[in-house]
Amino acid sequence: MDSVVGKKSSLTWAVHISLLLLVLLWLFPTVGLLVSSFRTTDQIATSGWWNSLTPSVQNYTLRADPPEKQIEKDGKFVIEGNLFDKGTEAVISVWGVSSQEISTYKAGETGELRDGGTVMVAPNGDYRMENIEAFDGRRGQRLFVTAETPPEFTTNNYESMLLDENNNEGMAKAFFNTLTVTIPATIIPILIAAFAAYALAWMDFPGRALLVAFVVGLLVVPLQLALIPLLKFHNEIGLGKGYVGVWLAHTGFGLPLAIYLLRNYMVGLPRDIIENAKVDGATDFQIFIKIILPLSFPALASFAIFQFLWTWNDLLVALVFLIDSTGETTVMTKQIVELLGTRGGNWEVLATAAFVSIAVPIAMFFMMQKYLVRGLLAGSVK
Amino acid sequence: MHPALQGLLTIIIGVSGCIGYFYFSNQFLDKVLFPAKGVNAGRNINRANMIRPWLFLLPALLALGLYLAYPVVETLRLSLTERLPGNESAFVGLANYQQMFSEPKFWEALKNNMLWLLIVPALSTLFGLLAAQLSDRVFWGNIAKSLIFMPMAISFVGAAVIWKLVYDARPIDQDQIGVLNALYIYFGGDAPQNWLTTPFWNSILLMVVLVWIQTGFAMVILSAALRGIPEETIEAAIIDGANPFQVFFKIKVPQIMGTIVVVWTTITIVVLKVFDIVFAMTNGQWETQVLANYMYDKLFRANDWGVGSASAMIIMLLVTPILVWNVYNVRKEMK
Repeated sequence: MDSVVGKKSSLTWAVHISLLLLVLLWLFPTVGLLVSSFRTTDQIATSGWWNSLTPSVQNYTLRADPPEKQIEKDGKFVIEGNLFDKGTEAVISVWGVSSQEISTYKAGETGELRDGGTVMVAPNGDYRMENIEAFDGRRGQRLFVTAETPPEFTTNNYESMLLDENNNEGMAKAFFNTLTVTIPATIIPILIAAFAAYALAWMDFPGRALLVAFVVGLLVVPLQLALIPLLKFHNEIGLGKGYVGVWLAHTGFGLPLAIYLLRNYMVGLPRDIIENAKVDGATDFQIFIKIILPLSFPALASFAIFQFLWTWNDLLVALVFLIDSTGETTVMTKQIVELLGTRGGNWEVLATAAFVSIAVPIAMFFMMQKYLVRGLLAGSVK
Repeated sequence: MHPALQGLLTIIIGVSGCIGYFYFSNQFLDKVLFPAKGVNAGRNINRANMIRPWLFLLPALLALGLYLAYPVVETLRLSLTERLPGNESAFVGLANYQQMFSEPKFWEALKNNMLWLLIVPALSTLFGLLAAQLSDRVFWGNIAKSLIFMPMAISFVGAAVIWKLVYDARPIDQDQIGVLNALYIYFGGDAPQNWLTTPFWNSILLMVVLVWIQTGFAMVILSAALRGIPEETIEAAIIDGANPFQVFFKIKVPQIMGTIVVVWTTITIVVLKVFDIVFAMTNGQWETQVLANYMYDKLFRANDWGVGSASAMIIMLLVTPILVWNVYNVRKEMK
């Protein structure tokens, strides 16, 4: 448009900035969850994810080694060690010996213990407790420190949600169940729809226009209506709840869009090719398999990505047709909803679970975006 | 059998079954039923060609009929009957509807759905139009579009988790980990709010999730429409001295009005069926109930098929005008 105006519009900067703001606004929530899934439980609970790159100041309640570790040295009883776990890089600023006074002393100073004796805490967590009498009791002295920890990221959340076989809240099983639902539910409707779409696009028969209208009508029928009648039907024919049921249901629900998309695409294929093939003696079946199907690849891909996203992300159909009381066939969306109920505040669990389920469709999205856009453009009823 | 194996087997059976059906039924038609030879060759070819379309259509029609058309009729029947013990049912007329209309939860769901219908399509279309117009004017527009479009790939449940973190509330003496409360406190709010349990605002915040998802869809469609506008109309307007805002609102928007309506109605249908977001985030508590979730409650928690089917029919009723309009347009187009 700039070329038309002849000069750079004074709005150009405003456009750049508003678009940038819009994009950041749209990305922000997702990035938040992604970052959270790589943070430790403590960090998620105590600071916002947007602070994850800056050192965080937190209060810790830590314990010195128990009295049994004490050694006698120069007539004094000494317990020495480091308050932090190995590998933690934290810098203590202030500390105290009771929960009411957590900032009595600066790091490096020596403080008085209430039961007698002194304790010195260094910034790096090294401490030295001294007393002329022996320390008694079974547990170590509690120390309250305020420390600054550097940014820390971990893959532990993913390891425990995906690889830990003892974790019954894990996502591994649900991941494979989702995959098992998705792939047949994506492939089967394509084939059925392709034949029907060919008939609706290139074969002449009475009632064709009516059938197209029928398909367009079904396009918007809410699948909520289908739940009970089909569940009843599945029970009556002995299918019950299970994979076969959910595959059939997804096939049925996906067909209107599939037929509509493919028909619209096939109608646009050049008439000459098809008529030439007919003159050469090809049957409809041969024309379909050898000419139409390969030429329709973009439309097939469009529908495939739609159906994949829809079946992968689906919750309702899986709840109704697949997941029985044993929960063996749970899918990821259902698993996440359960975690939302039971682990509502444990964001490391929730964020990781959600990202395991989001990752695959997002990867598909970026690989096949072209076809998704084409499908959307062709699929919205004009 | 392992489900993955079962899945693989299903793909093989399904695909080869389909191909086998189409191949052999065509063979049967051409070679056995109406062979294209002998004295009746010509008549046979014509007959075969009359039957063939139906061979191609049969599996799809069966599936469509059984999985979409029949349920509409059956749900209508269920909504007029009462379930009796032993798989029996009795016709009860409109009693289920009467019962439903007497429930405050239903009116709450209907009221909320209306609010969703007003807000979500409007905001999604508006943001979509804005994003489309802005991204068409910068060199990094395609990247911007990709990123705004991305939430389309995220499940409603995943989006629910993403936004629940945004709305999270911690006790007042702790750092807020939810962006909304952090901003609220930063701009002088007194105490962190439990957004999802605050009536009215919680519904709005649930709608935000769907707007966030649907904006990408609106943007993609509208962006294509904007690019399809004939250049001359814009040039003429600029020569006549229109400023960029006038060009946008008076030249471009009127020309893509048809597409805006399409986007609007498509999102309206999504809104009418919205279930997962409410189910995962509030489950209809705190006055956030919507029809689809109300229906799920009735069908699978209260086990009341009558009222559940009645509420499904209400959703169907709300979709019907769009259905009729779509069918009307397609028929017009085909003539």
